[in-house]
Amino acid sequence: MSDATIDEICLVALAEAFRGDGELLCHPMGPFPVAAGRLARASFEPDLMLTDTIAYAVVGTLPLGATVCHPGAADEGIVVEGYLPFRTVFDQAWSGHRHVVMGASQIDRHGNQNFAAIGDYRKPKAQLLGLRGAPGNVINHTTSYWIPNQARAFVESVDVVSGPGYDRVAALPEGSGRFHEIRRVVTELAAYDFETPDRTIRLRSVHPGVSLDAVLAATPFELAVPEDVPASRLPTAEELHLIRDVIDPIGIRKHEFR
Amino acid sequence: MTEDEVVAELSSGMTIGIGGWGSRRKPMSLVRAILRSGLQDLHVVSYGGPDVGLLCAAGRVRKITYGFVSLDSIPLEPHFRIARQAGSVEAREFDEGAFYLGLLAAVHRVPFYPSRAGLGSDMLTYNPELKTVTSPYGDGTELVAVPAFDIDVSLVHMNRADAVGNGQFLGPDLYFDDLFAMAAKRTFMSCERVVATEDLLKEGSVHTLKIPRLHTDGVVEAPGGAHFTECPPDYSRDETFQREYAATARDPDAWTRFRTDWLDLASHDAYRARLAEREHKTAEADR
Repeated sequence: MSDATIDEICLVALAEAFRGDGELLCHPMGPFPVAAGRLARASFEPDLMLTDTIAYAVVGTLPLGATVCHPGAADEGIVVEGYLPFRTVFDQAWSGHRHVVMGASQIDRHGNQNFAAIGDYRKPKAQLLGLRGAPGNVINHTTSYWIPNQARAFVESVDVVSGPGYDRVAALPEGSGRFHEIRRVVTELAAYDFETPDRTIRLRSVHPGVSLDAVLAATPFELAVPEDVPASRLPTAEELHLIRDVIDPIGIRKHEFR
Repeated sequence: MTEDEVVAELSSGMTIGIGGWGSRRKPMSLVRAILRSGLQDLHVVSYGGPDVGLLCAAGRVRKITYGFVSLDSIPLEPHFRIARQAGSVEAREFDEGAFYLGLLAAVHRVPFYPSRAGLGSDMLTYNPELKTVTSPYGDGTELVAVPAFDIDVSLVHMNRADAVGNGQFLGPDLYFDDLFAMAAKRTFMSCERVVATEDLLKEGSVHTLKIPRLHTDGVVEAPGGAHFTECPPDYSRDETFQREYAATARDPDAWTRFRTDWLDLASHDAYRARLAEREHKTAEADR
């Protein structure tokens, strides 16, 4: 029996979003998604390119928090393989050789994502991050979402669309939205995709230890549920070692689960 | 030049571009000079950080064109947040990448650059001035026409510059400071240190000479000029100071004290002296 904890199961479920990506820029935002990207490269997608979260593409597996300029725990063995300042990142994004993971304060069943504001955008009840790079990322290349608070974030309709979902993109003239793909949504309860005929959200797997009822209770909209819902896979022994000893020895990943 | 001489070249109602990114290499000594001037009603164009927050908190801003406004280690700029929630500033928000194209269009003197960034999102909904264009090449692709940003004056902070206005960055990222400099009608550049032209290549490789004097109209030597934002390799962000600044958004008394202590000062030199005093006190307390 695995002693994997829920944060580690979620990390593996999020890493799985990168499976099959091959050689592209794996560009997760925030410590938890960064850990998932590093795990994917270290275990099953060795050709991914990853940054130190600043401007350097690095080979080898950095621990969270270490950067080329501030190496911290990882002094030894940081090898830089490329230079990706923000301007290059935008060019890279529009070229399509990139897969981002972003957060979402709200997301609906079409994959419309909001982290811009709550309430009326013009005078919001709560100003959040803003649109940031979401509009350009989502319309130009593969996107996944990490949402550690499903019951709060899953909504019937979002207040502001930062990253457009499938219904919005389907309404665009042909050709405009052809690079749009929302690959995966991972929450603290389950993993989701949009592999349905109408491209609405579908339950892909439920994390071990979570019941289907708990998933449904945290979902206020109609959810496609396959007849047999698999359990999200457990981390391998090697993955647990990578998570606990290499990528996140001080347990930053657990902050998402407070 | 001094900061105050730069600000004397500005006037109320102008559109001011500010370089840097979030809480990184911001021309803060120039921003503070604006705060001690009588300038009002500004339109600020920025990948915003505390530059935008301070100008909002001091009531100097009418409109903001921005890709985001963040303090990086504190994701939401608290004074900007207050201004947005009060509806006291006009927000013209662009996708981060689309913002780059607005600068680039201005540099290249074309009315817009086409982009997919923004299609399907509410960037278009809440910027009704934004239009789309259809590809003239028969493929029917609809794209956002990101308009050129019309900037009167840009302010940027570099690691080094020479006296005639060649600017050098030594950190990990130039951000979009060269585009800010080229996009604006006039650009003023502060720097950590003015060096002789023949010494620029002693500081960094030729690839770091990213702002040619063609695009600058004045240089201010401002050591620590980006404080409290980061300016690597010269210094990193003053996180303690930034936290204190951020806390002033929750407490009007704290904001008044912050103004008195850090903004109502006669010059950047006075600010530096106050900082040195603070560091001395911290060192004393640690002993």
